[in-house]
Amino acid sequence: MDPTTLSLIQLGIVFFALGFLGRLAGRIGMSPVPLYLLGGLAFGHGGLIDFGSINDFAHIASEIGVILLLLMLGLEYTARELVTGLRQSWMAGLLDLVLNMAPGVAIAFLLGWGPVGALVMAGITYSSSSGIIAKVLGDLGRLGNRETPVVLAILVIEDLAMAAYLPILTAVLSGVSFLGGLTAVGISLAVITAVLLGALRYGHIVSNVLDSPDRESFLLKLLGSALLVAGLASALQVSAAVGAFLLGIAISGGTATNATRVLEPLRDLFAAMFFVLFGLNTDPRSIPPVLGFALILAVVTSATKVATGWWAARRQGIAILGQARAGAALIARGEFSIVIAGLAVASGAVPKELAALATTYVLIMAVFGPIAARYVEPFVRLFQGKKSPGKEPEVIL
Amino acid sequence: MPQDPSAGLYCVPQALEHNVNSLLMTTKVRGMNIEETPLPGIGVRREVRLATGRRIGVVTHRDGHTELILSRMDDPDACAASIPLSAEEAAALGSLLGSAQLIAQLSAEQKDVAGVTTHQILLRPGSTYAGRPLGDTQMRTLTGTSIVALLRGEQVIGSPRPDQVLEVGDMVVIVGTEAGLAKAAQILQSRS
Repeated sequence: MDPTTLSLIQLGIVFFALGFLGRLAGRIGMSPVPLYLLGGLAFGHGGLIDFGSINDFAHIASEIGVILLLLMLGLEYTARELVTGLRQSWMAGLLDLVLNMAPGVAIAFLLGWGPVGALVMAGITYSSSSGIIAKVLGDLGRLGNRETPVVLAILVIEDLAMAAYLPILTAVLSGVSFLGGLTAVGISLAVITAVLLGALRYGHIVSNVLDSPDRESFLLKLLGSALLVAGLASALQVSAAVGAFLLGIAISGGTATNATRVLEPLRDLFAAMFFVLFGLNTDPRSIPPVLGFALILAVVTSATKVATGWWAARRQGIAILGQARAGAALIARGEFSIVIAGLAVASGAVPKELAALATTYVLIMAVFGPIAARYVEPFVRLFQGKKSPGKEPEVIL
Repeated sequence: MPQDPSAGLYCVPQALEHNVNSLLMTTKVRGMNIEETPLPGIGVRREVRLATGRRIGVVTHRDGHTELILSRMDDPDACAASIPLSAEEAAALGSLLGSAQLIAQLSAEQKDVAGVTTHQILLRPGSTYAGRPLGDTQMRTLTGTSIVALLRGEQVIGSPRPDQVLEVGDMVVIVGTEAGLAKAAQILQSRS
């Protein structure tokens, strides 16, 4: 068969299957990311069926997927929210960073993956999934809760930390010398600061350039600028993902809201491809050996996230139940752990088992996180020795 | 904080106070503290603390839709209800609450002026003036009272003009002396 024909058929099957998986995820109220990963595992080498001929397309599509994921992460928070978050919650952010990077570092050294592996694993265990968490908080009707701003503030800081972490990661993964690495990091930190300050004052200019009443031209301008900035950033050794992220921060106000709306379907398509490709490139047979480690890591890093949320909520004068809710809400890991693992695996600087461990870990955390957020309340009440009141009567005044 | 009686019915926030060491910002409106909390990536939450200790408020999402929230009694950090409202529903609820406030406020403002009170008179079916402009009643000339507002379902028509057409079911809010108000009621309830 003609290779193009074969690719079309295989791609069609993949997207069709992903559509069903996404629908299934929606039905049972979970993030589709773990199911996409499982889908990739099933299609890939050593999986149920072998789909070799779509790798070329999948590769570029997944690159675009990462760029769109980061662009939309940048769009999620305005520059002002980032700066305010940093000023008000930096202590909680620092605790979050230390507590949640430590287990990743420890397991990397335990498995003999060296300092590069440790840096990668640190990022994987650190980054909560803002996508999953924001959805869970909305679904559980917790947007009115007092601890919710505390949770969101931590996510905002993680977001900022990503902007510093990704360039460091890219520099280290490309194996540059210590001095070269420092230069890259210095450049990117300076650029980040400049963009952040610039976005506060001149964000409207970027928005005005990109904005267009016409949906079609708006979409093309957005996508064009994102790929252009990402490509240039990559050429400057800063990491394409960070470039897209900074562009997202620079776009502000109503333009950002519109951009989110326009880009969402594209992000869903390309990011799905990214997750599938990650799954495709992970050999399912490499999972059983790391399953035990993934479970240990899941238990430890759930505990460290709970501790982070607990402490941050307590500092805002929130009671025990709220502290527990804040802690449990933060557990979910997802897309960004896979983005980090994806960058690492693509560079070839880390062993193959890291991909298996990251996949297994994210599968566990993306499923367990929302469950923990839902059931933490009755669980804590049980400990307090109080009977769960169940649903409160509608009117008590 | 001194209250400015001339601030009008729908007053603007009078002062902004930054609440230090917390994520929220407080705005004072008519003596009530409205606490405003940014929810990064989601929107803004604005709430009022009730005398019972509960919090009641609104989460405004970035895409414009709103949620009515009410805190729980046993756990004030959490919410007993969080009710998504469409733009129309939110506006309807707002004017229901707003018209109650309008009456209370008019009564309060006239309290100090001796002999002047506020009444609400319902325009019943069969009234002479149903479907006719307000000016036809010659209310001020005949009774010395002023019609300050019409409450029509969920709508509040403030300071109606003489060409405003009255409808059956309108709640007519009138300010005047007792004698004037009695006459006004007669006029509005007269049958053709």
